[in-house]
Amino acid sequence: MFVSYKWLQEYVDLSGVTPVELAEKITKSGIEVEGVEVLNEGIKGVVVGHVLEREQHPNADKLNKCLVDTGAGEPVQIICGASNVDKGQKVAVATVGAVLPGNFKIKRAKLRGEESSGMICSLQELGFDSKLVAKEYSEGIYVFPEDVEVGQNAIEQLNRDDQVLELGLTPNRSDCLSMLGVAYEVAAILGREVRLPEPQVETSSEEASDYIDVQAEAKEDNPLYVAKVIKNVKVGPSPVWMQARLMAAGIRPHNNVVDVTNYILLEYGQPLHAFDYDRLGSKEILIRRAKDGEVIVTLDDAKRELTSDHLLITNGSEPIALAGVMGGANSEVQSDTKNVLIESAYFKGATVRKASKDHGLRSEASSRFEKGVDPNRVRDAAERAAQLLAEYAGGEVLEGSVEADSLKVEPAVISVTLEKINRVLGTALSMKEVKEIFARLQFETSADHHEITVTVPTRRGDITIEEDLIEEVGRLYGYGNLDSTLPVGASAPGHLTDYQNKRRLVRRYLEGAGLYQAVTYSLTNEAKATQYALEEREPVQLAMPMSEDRSLLRLSLVPQLLEVLKYNSARQNDSLAVYETGAVFLSNSKGELPEEREHLAGAVTGLWEIHPWQGEKKPVDFYVVKGILEGLFDNLGISGKIAYRQSEKDGMHPGRTAEILLSGNSVGFVGQVHPTVEKELDLKETYVFELSLKAILEAEVAPLQYEAIPRFPSITRDIALVVDKAAAAGELEAIIKEAGGKLLKDVHVFDLYEGERMEPGKKSIAFSLKYFDPERTLTDEDVAKAHDQVLDAVKEKAGAVLRG
Amino acid sequence: MQERLKELQTEALEKISTAADLKELNDIRVSYLGKKGPITEVLKGMGKLSAEERPKMGALANEVRDSIAAGIEQKQKHHEEAAVKQKLAAEKIDVTLPGRPVKTGNHHPLTRIIEEIEDLFIGMGYTVAEGPEVEKDYYNFEALNLPKGHPARDMQDSFYITEEILLRTHTSPVQARTMEKHEGKGPVKIICPGKVYRRDNDDATHSHQFMQIEGLVVDENIRMTDLKGTLEVFAKKMFGDDREIRLRPSFFPFTEPSVEMDISCKICGGKGCSVCKGTGWIEILGAGMVHPNVLEMAGFDSKKYTGFAFGMGPERIAMLKYGVDDIRHFYTNDVRFLKQFSIHE
Repeated sequence: MFVSYKWLQEYVDLSGVTPVELAEKITKSGIEVEGVEVLNEGIKGVVVGHVLEREQHPNADKLNKCLVDTGAGEPVQIICGASNVDKGQKVAVATVGAVLPGNFKIKRAKLRGEESSGMICSLQELGFDSKLVAKEYSEGIYVFPEDVEVGQNAIEQLNRDDQVLELGLTPNRSDCLSMLGVAYEVAAILGREVRLPEPQVETSSEEASDYIDVQAEAKEDNPLYVAKVIKNVKVGPSPVWMQARLMAAGIRPHNNVVDVTNYILLEYGQPLHAFDYDRLGSKEILIRRAKDGEVIVTLDDAKRELTSDHLLITNGSEPIALAGVMGGANSEVQSDTKNVLIESAYFKGATVRKASKDHGLRSEASSRFEKGVDPNRVRDAAERAAQLLAEYAGGEVLEGSVEADSLKVEPAVISVTLEKINRVLGTALSMKEVKEIFARLQFETSADHHEITVTVPTRRGDITIEEDLIEEVGRLYGYGNLDSTLPVGASAPGHLTDYQNKRRLVRRYLEGAGLYQAVTYSLTNEAKATQYALEEREPVQLAMPMSEDRSLLRLSLVPQLLEVLKYNSARQNDSLAVYETGAVFLSNSKGELPEEREHLAGAVTGLWEIHPWQGEKKPVDFYVVKGILEGLFDNLGISGKIAYRQSEKDGMHPGRTAEILLSGNSVGFVGQVHPTVEKELDLKETYVFELSLKAILEAEVAPLQYEAIPRFPSITRDIALVVDKAAAAGELEAIIKEAGGKLLKDVHVFDLYEGERMEPGKKSIAFSLKYFDPERTLTDEDVAKAHDQVLDAVKEKAGAVLRG
Repeated sequence: MQERLKELQTEALEKISTAADLKELNDIRVSYLGKKGPITEVLKGMGKLSAEERPKMGALANEVRDSIAAGIEQKQKHHEEAAVKQKLAAEKIDVTLPGRPVKTGNHHPLTRIIEEIEDLFIGMGYTVAEGPEVEKDYYNFEALNLPKGHPARDMQDSFYITEEILLRTHTSPVQARTMEKHEGKGPVKIICPGKVYRRDNDDATHSHQFMQIEGLVVDENIRMTDLKGTLEVFAKKMFGDDREIRLRPSFFPFTEPSVEMDISCKICGGKGCSVCKGTGWIEILGAGMVHPNVLEMAGFDSKKYTGFAFGMGPERIAMLKYGVDDIRHFYTNDVRFLKQFSIHE
């Protein structure tokens, strides 16, 4: 809502409060003022001039040579390019020395050989938004009405010596979609009176009811319809001040009839519609729901097909308006219109909302109906319109109005105790102070010492419960005046859950290991949604996506991480490690929420070890990434339950991918991205992993218990085993561990040889075995016994031969 | 004999003083102090001496030996020290060459903001509550006093999956779910971070996916002054002790009264600049007293219980705090952007 400061002064005394100060006060007490626009900013030296002579410029077809009286000294010659300039007009003249918006200075000039002392201005040149300039002036200069005095300040004559406050209204404050509503608000803030317009109309001897009959069939959608008839109007321009106020509020002037309806919309917040009475096609108005498939041609000449959800104004049979949204073309007010029917009605918000949404027609009118107009202003607005049409369109107002009225307006009466007000706000207000606040709002109250009962005016439909009253008290008392306290009462220590703690540990560990945390989008396209999924499940699909690329929820984090690598790689960062934790979404049966599982994924590409001046450059490989995961599992205390199994997965290198098992259940994978994918994304060798974070964080972990530091030495034995090339080290290790018994404390691979000195199809894996007994020093015999068991087992179970 | 010993001593000490290295010293040791050396040779003639002279001569011989041995030792030490010095001199490196980089990554800036807020509120007795990103219309809207057809649903156009299921448009459904779990018994003190989704075209200030973090306290006798005090603690911790806050009335369907919190602009110190659009204030978050309908729907007696809630966008906070100019940076994951958040002031 744009509020003209000058206009507002008509309803509230604003003396001593500048527009900027007013804006700050309004913001602090309830409605955010998003800006204050100074309409005449940067304009100087523009006066009303009288075009005494106009002739064709001798050297230019499109220019006019004008002799203009500017009220100061001799008339001056001005060259003007506008096609509508003519002798006898009163126009806005930027005299020599004037300044126009954009710091455009007017100087004496010669145009095609002819002297020009000033400029005749269009409204756009004076800073008006071209969208708001009336059609007749949009292509040329502006022409004042004849009664304007020459030499006057043109900006003042145009009512541009004004400032406009832009209110950012929240949905509850639709009462401030009107100048009167804003006036009540400002009056409450300043503690001043509101001056309401008091329309007084001289009516003709004829009765409106002889001209029209109004029936509402759809009473629920339209509980109140008021029709007034104004005869013998002369359609023409509305007064300059009215046009200026409309433009300041962002509405383009048309003609006096339409402008009056818009003026009332701004003043009362009540949308009106003007019909050409003679084009109604009957003497009857019937309000009803449309029939499915019924058609109306609206003012914008669009043919609109309707359903029974839409409310129509009809002439008894044919539609003449889509209620609250737009009038029909058949009954539109035109330049030759003589008799006008003014509609002022209360339409149900939801009905208008449905129609405006279905037809993509949102207007100043429909948005006010949607939010609910003040039922008590419907009649006043109609009267005020009649008055203005009589004054500015020369109309004759017929006696009375014709109504269809089934509206019951009961103002809300709400009681609240002083104790509750103070308890919720944390204040110590007295009843007197509370009463004063409601008096400023012009709410009627009655109160005893404990409780106040408030009758809420219908203009404030947002106030329905105690808490709403408390808010009014709070905001007018001023939130700045509240104390600052902290909650008292029973409290427990704050904490993270085990899961949340461990998730932080995982993040910190991975960052310490060299991975950057990424955050990517959950919504993706069809191809990426299921790629690399740990579990095959239908992806969750949006009903109405904004684009193909954001139409489904992901089942894996890897595709987006690969996109991150691709993005960075294309920007000279082709060695990079990233990870992400986030939900993946697995659909359940229809109507149920999908299952959300938190996953952890990582992607590493390019060089891992880089030490330039020492000449060290090592690309990432499978074992780098696996090592990172092993460290993670160690940190989480679940290494003992983890196993890796050679596996294949779409999009992954078939020979370099492992499934990760936790206590025998698959919880993720790690491996190299398939080279064709790497090529597609223009990436170097790239490794990825994805795990169910939930699974690894929720795995049971034995409580941490100190283990005595060994007092006795351990004995180490190394063995090199010759096995088939396909044999897995992990399996050998498992066999060794099992056979080594209690004394075998640790086994690890320390060498792998697959060179030419081996028999074809064989390789040698060397293990280091550490034997240890916490109770005593081991003898060679003890170790030999256990070690022999190990050698027997690997020979028997894996066909391994000790390398000679 | 005595003279001969003295002679040997002088001769040996002279040789020692000019010995160039450890090997030469060793040769001197062998030649003078060895079993076949000249001193031993001289002492062989001891038999010819008288019984009185013999011990004297013996003592002199020992003295000579000791003095030579001491000379050798001293010289040897000198040579050893010189050798070490030389070795160390040869080992000199250029300490200005760069060190071996330790591979590190760091938190995403949004995680950094969220964890900072979580920790602040945990310190004040809050726990961290999380909930699903795909929600029922009921929890996302209805339980928050936004019935179907409510005009405020306009404010947050949403991604629906079915008519009843959608991507949550705020983290408030976590509040509704948590309150429901409490079965009408306070206190509830939670902070809820998470991803939310709205139908917006991505540009410098809009993102179809973004983060939110909300707080909720429900108990007997929770006052609006408690909300103000809590938000002040938060604002000063996040933005600095010198920042002022102001509460401005606003509207949210789930709170009544509702407020927005502004902090004084750091750039201009409240005088008004382009960052604060000339107002001197920057909007940080929305808050209010929990609407009685919301309490009742979650099973709390609104006559007995009151509460406050607040919610904010970590992106906005990060943008203000670190001067980030485009919300898309948070989701592009350009490493040149991510890297900058490794520093902790």
